Amino acid sequence: MNHLAEEILTAKDFVTDQDVRWCPGCGDYAILKAVQNTLPQIGKNKEDIVFVSGIGCSSRFPYYIETYGFHTIHGRAPAIATGVKLANPNLSVWQVTGDGDALAIGGNHYIHALRRNIDINILLFNNEIYGLTKGQFSPTSQTGIVTKSSPQGTTDRAFNPGKLALGAGATFFARVIDIDPKRMTEVLIEAEKHKGTSLVEILQNCVIFNDKVFDPVTNKDVKLDAQLWLEHGKPMIFGKENNKGLVLKNLELEVVTIGENGITEADILIHDAYSVNDTLHNLLVNMSAPHFPVAFGVIRNVTSSSFDEGVYHQLANEKQKAKYSSVNELINSGVTWEIV
Amino acid sequence: MTKGIEEIDEVVIKFAGDSGDGMQLTGSQFSNTTAFIGNDLSTFPDFPAEIRAPQGTVAGVSGFKIQFGNTNVYSPGDKADVLIAMNPAALKANLDWIKHRGTIIIDSDSFKSKDFEKAQFTSNPLEDGTLEEYNLIEAPITKLTKDSVAEFDIENKSRTRSKNMFALGIVYWLFSRPLNITEDFLDAKFKKNPELAKANKAALKAGYNYALTVELLPSSYKIKAATLPKGKYRSITGNIATAWGFLAAAENSGLKLFLGSYPITPASDILHELSKHKGFDVISLQAEDEIAGICSAIGASFAGSLAITTTSGPGLALKGEAIGLAMMTELPIVIVDVQRGGPSTGLPTKTEQSDLLQAVYGRNGESPVIVIAASTPANCFDYAYMASKLAVEHMTPVLLLTDGFIANGAEPWRIKNTKDLPQIEPSVIEKNNPDSWKPYLRDDEKLARKWAVPGTKGFEHRIGGLEKQEVTGNVSYDPANHENMVKLRAEKVKKVADFIPHLEVLGEEQAELLIVGWGGTQGSLLTAYNELKKQGKNVAFAHFNYINPLPKNTAEIFANYKNIVVCELNLGQFVKLLRSELPQFDYKTYNKVQGLPFTKAELVDKFNEILEGGEK
Repeated sequence: MNHLAEEILTAKDFVTDQDVRWCPGCGDYAILKAVQNTLPQIGKNKEDIVFVSGIGCSSRFPYYIETYGFHTIHGRAPAIATGVKLANPNLSVWQVTGDGDALAIGGNHYIHALRRNIDINILLFNNEIYGLTKGQFSPTSQTGIVTKSSPQGTTDRAFNPGKLALGAGATFFARVIDIDPKRMTEVLIEAEKHKGTSLVEILQNCVIFNDKVFDPVTNKDVKLDAQLWLEHGKPMIFGKENNKGLVLKNLELEVVTIGENGITEADILIHDAYSVNDTLHNLLVNMSAPHFPVAFGVIRNVTSSSFDEGVYHQLANEKQKAKYSSVNELINSGVTWEIV
Repeated sequence: MTKGIEEIDEVVIKFAGDSGDGMQLTGSQFSNTTAFIGNDLSTFPDFPAEIRAPQGTVAGVSGFKIQFGNTNVYSPGDKADVLIAMNPAALKANLDWIKHRGTIIIDSDSFKSKDFEKAQFTSNPLEDGTLEEYNLIEAPITKLTKDSVAEFDIENKSRTRSKNMFALGIVYWLFSRPLNITEDFLDAKFKKNPELAKANKAALKAGYNYALTVELLPSSYKIKAATLPKGKYRSITGNIATAWGFLAAAENSGLKLFLGSYPITPASDILHELSKHKGFDVISLQAEDEIAGICSAIGASFAGSLAITTTSGPGLALKGEAIGLAMMTELPIVIVDVQRGGPSTGLPTKTEQSDLLQAVYGRNGESPVIVIAASTPANCFDYAYMASKLAVEHMTPVLLLTDGFIANGAEPWRIKNTKDLPQIEPSVIEKNNPDSWKPYLRDDEKLARKWAVPGTKGFEHRIGGLEKQEVTGNVSYDPANHENMVKLRAEKVKKVADFIPHLEVLGEEQAELLIVGWGGTQGSLLTAYNELKKQGKNVAFAHFNYINPLPKNTAEIFANYKNIVVCELNLGQFVKLLRSELPQFDYKTYNKVQGLPFTKAELVDKFNEILEGGEK
């Protein structure tokens, strides 16, 4: 496989001539920029990159990236991306989706892409709301949210996209924030390197219908205490004073303060993103305010053979031991007879 | 009745038993042997949707009908000359389908009182006169089978299971067939368990010898080989022929074959067959649902594969939105609908032609696609090939309709040479010239756009389901552009008429009656047409394989006939299409919606009624 691009590309090379039409202030702009900054760094030529999307605000994304792109139908992008990747495994395939597209109408394709571990990157823009249809609640909206379709507040419970992904057997899960493009780029490069389905949940602010929903986590006054940025091999330490950490107690995580109650840095859990066992990854994915920080960064990154590798391995085997060298040979095989 | 060998022209045999009795295997073995010795034939497997319906009940009866003869055979026939009924339920289910004075072979060991009560006979049909008018052959098949396999070291349950081979042996003797084809088949099937192969072969032989020895059978029949055109033949079912047609199209076009599919009766055999042939670089994805089946294929099409999805009626309904996407983005894809009895879950294992309007119109918006229909098991090969050719040359989805009857039915196929098939020239870009290319620039002849696939430098572009500006493909909400694009897409499909064969007519150029059909009913209609010709009637027959667009000469042909009768296994869907496309003609109709093919008798009656002026 080709890991070296033939020419040096810059973010500009990935900008199309189309006007970007998201609402002013939408988190999608920052994500677009971060992706355009990432693509020159993944070692692929433009023509070998494909962006596939479904329907929703996020799904307009392919029109703005100067690669091959396919804006498809609601919820089905994982299936279409699967077909693209299987048809040509040399392509770097990116799926852009939202919480409605991926987790409501497309829920089935989402879990099955992850189950198969097809080598694509899924960017899940989670704004906990339907934007394009003007503000209905989504499967990730918090219980009780008042929207046009839930004037009395929802009685629905919310999906945690990461938890669902791990349940479906995800080998790569990361979480980032729209307004942190530097760390987003780092994570996206890791996602592209990973062989298999890489799911990156991007907390994305919808300024129109669900503004500031992530404020308790992303607001600059609280973010150091509310966010835990995980790095493989590093202790799980966070906080304004950089003195808070996580320990495991009775199969549950607990926030502790270094220097209190005899806790030292040595007691803090070390992040192992590569662990096949997903127990701790699940606990990390589940953490939420106010009692816990929200986990960010690459939470799980497990090496496992991808679906497309398996398919092509089988194809190569079958071709090697093929009984027929042409379709003519096949249709003339078995019981035949001559009429003379 | 005198004993000896009687020579006859054609015969219909029906094998019937419990769904676990192996009747489908028995029937297909008899077909293979019959084809091998040079008879023409047509088969009709008919089985319940349940894998193992309650034993001994009429609902659980699985049947396999075959008509064969020394002349051309186009349908599996109406009533059977010979019925092999493995239990009372099989007899009950087929009593109305045996010819007067026909032969019934039954397993007398299966006619204990509890057996015939389970089949809802109030008294023993062997004793109460029910079967008086038939030539009844009672053979203790179960006991004799057990005896014949006594010496083999096999499981107990396998001892009676070989009784289908014993019955097959009887029928082989009755029709003077050789045993070796089935013996070879058994050796191959039970390669890993040679003892089982031996036992089954012993049962087959025992049945044959039993028939030869006992005085039960009135005579055996001989049927001369049919006068089929010279060449190499094989027996083939519609589903296998469909799969092979796609393999041939992939090979001849140089495109990689991609199948995205979800299992559904009666289409799954296409998925099974293509999954076997990864040696031909075929990718077959068993998707998570019908929608993912077609969507993965659309993704593969975008990336340059010959993309296929296979399904049946309910699955086609689920694929509708995605077909619209392929139509809108003008990507090639073939959607195979092996029609079954509908609506909803309907009659999964039965045949019908009731998806035609869904195929032609079943999508949101103005969404024209090419619709074609195969009409015999063997020509599924040709139409799968043509569907692929039209899709990649015209850059559009093609819906290929077959049905349960031709998909599962078998007939002898004069094997084609794939080198003799029409060339396939996909509408691809010229790679050295990206600057003069635009995603929705079209050629004049076909109005097809050019296919530029990911991985090709300089042709990076974006497409999608939103309306697009003519030529550039950029998203456009311009009202006039939208109308223009809608018309262009319709015109593109209409233009296909310039590239498909003309409609052909059998019989007189002008006649009292033109019989019209489409798709899988061709064999039944042709049989009825031949019968009318034999009766000296003034009729002609035109059968449609191209539904949308219609062949260009359709109106020209219709104008020559006083009466036109459109025959379909639905309530009149093709006639609805004809009435809207060619309203200048008056159409009579003959429709049947019973999950069964037409019978010759009912068609001949109907056509005679029209000819005699009884039907207005």
